[in-house]
Amino acid sequence: MEPQICIQEKQLCYHCGEGIDQLVYVADKHPFCCLGCQSVYQLLSKNNLGSYYSYNTFPGQQTEKASAELSYLDEESIVNQLIDFKDDHICMVTLYVPQIHCSSCIWLLENLYKIDGNIVSSRADFMKRQVRITFNYHKLSLKKLVELLDKTGYTPKITLQDLVKNNKKDEDNLLVRKIAVAGFCFGNAMMISFPEYFGMAAFEKNYAQLFGWINLSLALPAVLYCGRTYFLSSIKSLKQRRLNLDVPLALGIAVLFIRSAIEIIQGTGSGFADTLCGLLFFLLIGKWVQRKTYHHLSFERDYRSYFPIAVTRLCNGKEKVAALADLQVGDRILIRNNELVPADAILLKGHACIDFSFVTGESVSVEKVLGEVIYAGGKQTAEAIELEVSKPVAQSYLTSLWNQSTFSETTVFTTFSNTVSHYFTPILLSIAILGAGFWGVQGIYDNAWAAFTAVLIIGCPCALALSSPFTLSAVLSIFDKNGFYVKNTLSVEKMAAIDTLVFDKTGTITNPKADTLSFKGTLDEYTQQLVFSTCRNSNHPLSRAIIKSLHYQGTPLALTNYEEIAGKGIRANIGQQEISIGNARFVGLTTQHNAGTYINIDGEVKGFYPIRQHWRSTLQEVVSQLKKHYDLHLISGDTDRDRAALELVFPDPAYLHFGQQPADKLKYINDLQNDGRRVSMLGDGLNDAGALKQADLGIAISDDINNFSPACDAILGGDAFTRLPSFFKLAKQAMKVIYVSFGISLGYNLVGLYFAVLGNMSPLFAAVLMPLSTVTIVSFTSLAVQYCAIKNKMKR
Amino acid sequence: MSAIYFLIGCSVIIAVLFLAAFFWANKSGQHDDTYTPAIRILFDDETNPHASEDTSELRANK
Repeated sequence: MEPQICIQEKQLCYHCGEGIDQLVYVADKHPFCCLGCQSVYQLLSKNNLGSYYSYNTFPGQQTEKASAELSYLDEESIVNQLIDFKDDHICMVTLYVPQIHCSSCIWLLENLYKIDGNIVSSRADFMKRQVRITFNYHKLSLKKLVELLDKTGYTPKITLQDLVKNNKKDEDNLLVRKIAVAGFCFGNAMMISFPEYFGMAAFEKNYAQLFGWINLSLALPAVLYCGRTYFLSSIKSLKQRRLNLDVPLALGIAVLFIRSAIEIIQGTGSGFADTLCGLLFFLLIGKWVQRKTYHHLSFERDYRSYFPIAVTRLCNGKEKVAALADLQVGDRILIRNNELVPADAILLKGHACIDFSFVTGESVSVEKVLGEVIYAGGKQTAEAIELEVSKPVAQSYLTSLWNQSTFSETTVFTTFSNTVSHYFTPILLSIAILGAGFWGVQGIYDNAWAAFTAVLIIGCPCALALSSPFTLSAVLSIFDKNGFYVKNTLSVEKMAAIDTLVFDKTGTITNPKADTLSFKGTLDEYTQQLVFSTCRNSNHPLSRAIIKSLHYQGTPLALTNYEEIAGKGIRANIGQQEISIGNARFVGLTTQHNAGTYINIDGEVKGFYPIRQHWRSTLQEVVSQLKKHYDLHLISGDTDRDRAALELVFPDPAYLHFGQQPADKLKYINDLQNDGRRVSMLGDGLNDAGALKQADLGIAISDDINNFSPACDAILGGDAFTRLPSFFKLAKQAMKVIYVSFGISLGYNLVGLYFAVLGNMSPLFAAVLMPLSTVTIVSFTSLAVQYCAIKNKMKR
Repeated sequence: MSAIYFLIGCSVIIAVLFLAAFFWANKSGQHDDTYTPAIRILFDDETNPHASEDTSELRANK
């Protein structure tokens, strides 16, 4: 008899691809992991949007949270701030939807009109994670629209920061236009200059004059339009009595133009218009390369991104939605379950159980009594409470930390190119003057002028100006591919100079995603069945984690009297038995107890799931690699219950600090900087925001990079934590690449200077040398960085 | 050889036209999103199978 091959496949949710242990939710023969996924599917299939599932398998995402309170979208003043455009019939709104991640998402968002006919059109922007929707606002309110998006699983994130539109786009476009003009001038000047290079017959000499004038007219817009920024920047830096790299560049550009103009007008030569346009073209490309943008990430977020747009205000016993900006001291506000307290406020009514993990990093929620002050940033995790605002939003404890103008720049960071240009310009000028003097003494003034200008032209540090941007932006894109998103090239240079690392604990070296639970106590099989049957009805992440940890394969039992009390737990009857699962007080414990989720069956507490933090799996390796080169500090808002474990990992126990308030963290960083250290802070939450900003390099760790992370210099994906030592190593190696390429470009300059001082630099020589050195530098830096990346195993 | 004036004039004018076209494209926002259109083009035109089924059912009922 042949052995029967039995392939047991684990069933995966049709919507989100999550594994299913117990098949409960089925629709149209497709399995689902939870009610949320199933209802999204049903909504889509009802509206003939089934193709959503055909472009990608498992295009959906599990919805974690309960829908947010949206009543503020009824307030006209808020709506008017959110929308882009409005006329008699339609209005247009751009919403940030972080869930956009595949082609199915785009397809669905652009077919929203099929669900609701009042949506005229919708356009998704994948890179920016945005969708722009035009809709008939007489028939469909913005609130209804957002609710519709919420139902499809694409909940837009609407925050205070959306109310402030930025104009960065125009700046980007201006640079692109400048490059276009420079490229246009470069190409045409090159074409017009070719006859001159190849030599012209005597009868063709008449045309030389014409070519010269065309060249000059091409150089004019290049200098005035494209080269403007260099002149402005060098004037600004001279006013501050500093020499940045733009000074020799602007000098080179000006001299190139003046000499070309004189030669062409006098008819004595053909000028250097093509070199000039080429120089500007390459310089601008260097600038463009440097300006790396992550459309879907923001490094500038402040507390406004975390806070809701509006809050429910109580006026004479009536609830009314008010914009956060209008909130005044003395106002009574209503905070519901899972809502954020937006301003420091005094508790007036209700049972407050505030989760301050956002603010302090402390993971256990705190209960507050009437009359106590609740600081802004805390999240209510129980019933609705009433508060009286005691401080305006912008001056609350947490937000004032942000607005502090006292962020002291202990050390102004000077980039390598700025250090170089500090010496470069005086040396270049003195060579030019010496060269001119050499000929001037001999009375050959034509040569003196030629030598002086030629030195400034040849010495123009074009290749030097390009080596930093090209090297560092190559590093940026390697980081990017490895899950490390650095704000700009300057931050990479800063990273190379770091000597001290400060870690936050919760969420930084612990992994918030690891949700395996272990039960303290014993559960027999029947009890397991009871717990399973009860938890199945709840969408709370903890309930799901419990179901996952039970591995129970049987059938669920029928429940009666099921209730879920937000922030406390769930309760139900099965047959004669009463089951309650929730926090200690909820299940009836009054004495000293550990934080965790307790299970109580018929009045008997069976045990609990303790809150446990899981260290990131590679913490030990990362620390042992980093401690060779860096001083490692740990600064946590949590209690020191993990001190013993951490002392085994971190090299110096004296550098471990617990129970630190956000302001303490900020001060700690500042103290280190005052000791002359260059500090990098790694943190995750709002509580680290001040420290992240104060540090020379603030790195925010986020397990979901589309989530909001505080203002920082870099965002590190949680999965990339392992590679942290390699990132720092690559940054250091990149600086070495810059030094070498600087040497190469100096070599070119020296060769050129030799001819320049002799006063016989031909236009052809300049036109060849300039692009040649540029190409060498660009290819050298890119190849060298790629090589380093391969060596560091960041690229195959 | 005076044709060269004409030829250079033509070439520069054409180049200016292209530059102008680029400026127009940039201004009208064609470079704002360079990724999504590439995905959008791959979506099939909807030939709605369910809708046709529905109508055929209706016909059958009649």
